[in-house]
Amino acid sequence: MTLNQICQWIDETALSQSIQIVGWVVPTVQTIHILAIAVVASSALMIDLRLIGVFWPNRPLRAVTARFMPLIWWPLLVLLATGAVMIIAEPARSLKNPAFQLKMLLLLAALIVTYLLQVLRRRNAAFGEVTGPRAAAAALAVVSILLWSSIIFAGRWIAYFA
Amino acid sequence: MEIDRALEWLQDSRIASTIAENDILFPWIESVHVLAVVLVVGTISIVDLRLLGVASLDISARRLTRDIIPYTWGAFAVAAVTGSLMFSSDAVHYAHNRLFQVKLVMLVLAGLNMSVFHLFGERDIERWDAPGATTPTAAKAAAVISLVAWVAIVSLGRGTGFTMH
Repeated sequence: MTLNQICQWIDETALSQSIQIVGWVVPTVQTIHILAIAVVASSALMIDLRLIGVFWPNRPLRAVTARFMPLIWWPLLVLLATGAVMIIAEPARSLKNPAFQLKMLLLLAALIVTYLLQVLRRRNAAFGEVTGPRAAAAALAVVSILLWSSIIFAGRWIAYFA
Repeated sequence: MEIDRALEWLQDSRIASTIAENDILFPWIESVHVLAVVLVVGTISIVDLRLLGVASLDISARRLTRDIIPYTWGAFAVAAVTGSLMFSSDAVHYAHNRLFQVKLVMLVLAGLNMSVFHLFGERDIERWDAPGATTPTAAKAAAVISLVAWVAIVSLGRGTGFTMH
């Protein structure tokens, strides 16, 4: 099945048709999507600023990740669910959209970077702590900030490539 | 109306018409606006959840507020500037959009709530900010109002986008 056929198939489902008829579904789902992004992006920012050393430099990284790391992973379920509703509502507008495709690649990269941080800390508990390797941790944090910001930008640009 | 004439003058200004006529300027400004709003809401809820006794209980509310709120203000400044730029590009229509009007009211409410908490709610913060102590009802109410107001602001902002074009 080609991408065009997949889009057409989704578009013709009863679910897609109902979402398209009920006008408030998409803006409501988008609002929930943005609120979940607020949680993820702010949580990632707190961890990243701590890794760079500008935020809570004297608190152990362990305390910061314990507070914010779950808030990067769990809201992803909400983001996937609301994102799925938007795809079902307008499959061609999203799946065939270069901004959407770029967003998915950036998301994958951001998740790999986040997972990488967890792996590095599991191998070396001092990673990112005051006594550990700071430069690598800070570099990872800068990449993470750039990726999450780009994801938000790409998400907004979906509307302009449609 | 006087206000409409002022709004027309605003949207005819050089900067506003540049944004209105340029194809990519608006989406760029809008993207920065979304990024800023997302950080305002995310960071302020960290403080709100602490006041409600839900999270960050290992750190004092005073210290958390002092450490987090500067980021909220920084992001808010960016959101206000980018928001004003978008507003200027189509001022008359935005000003007459009902959802946008309610959004502005909610922003004022969020601001008043924050000022009232800062002026009165925080006065005896040393008394209730000890580890294990519970937050007074007034502070919890301020946190709930803040969360509700910001969720409403995001919803109304998205709604404005949907009803403008």
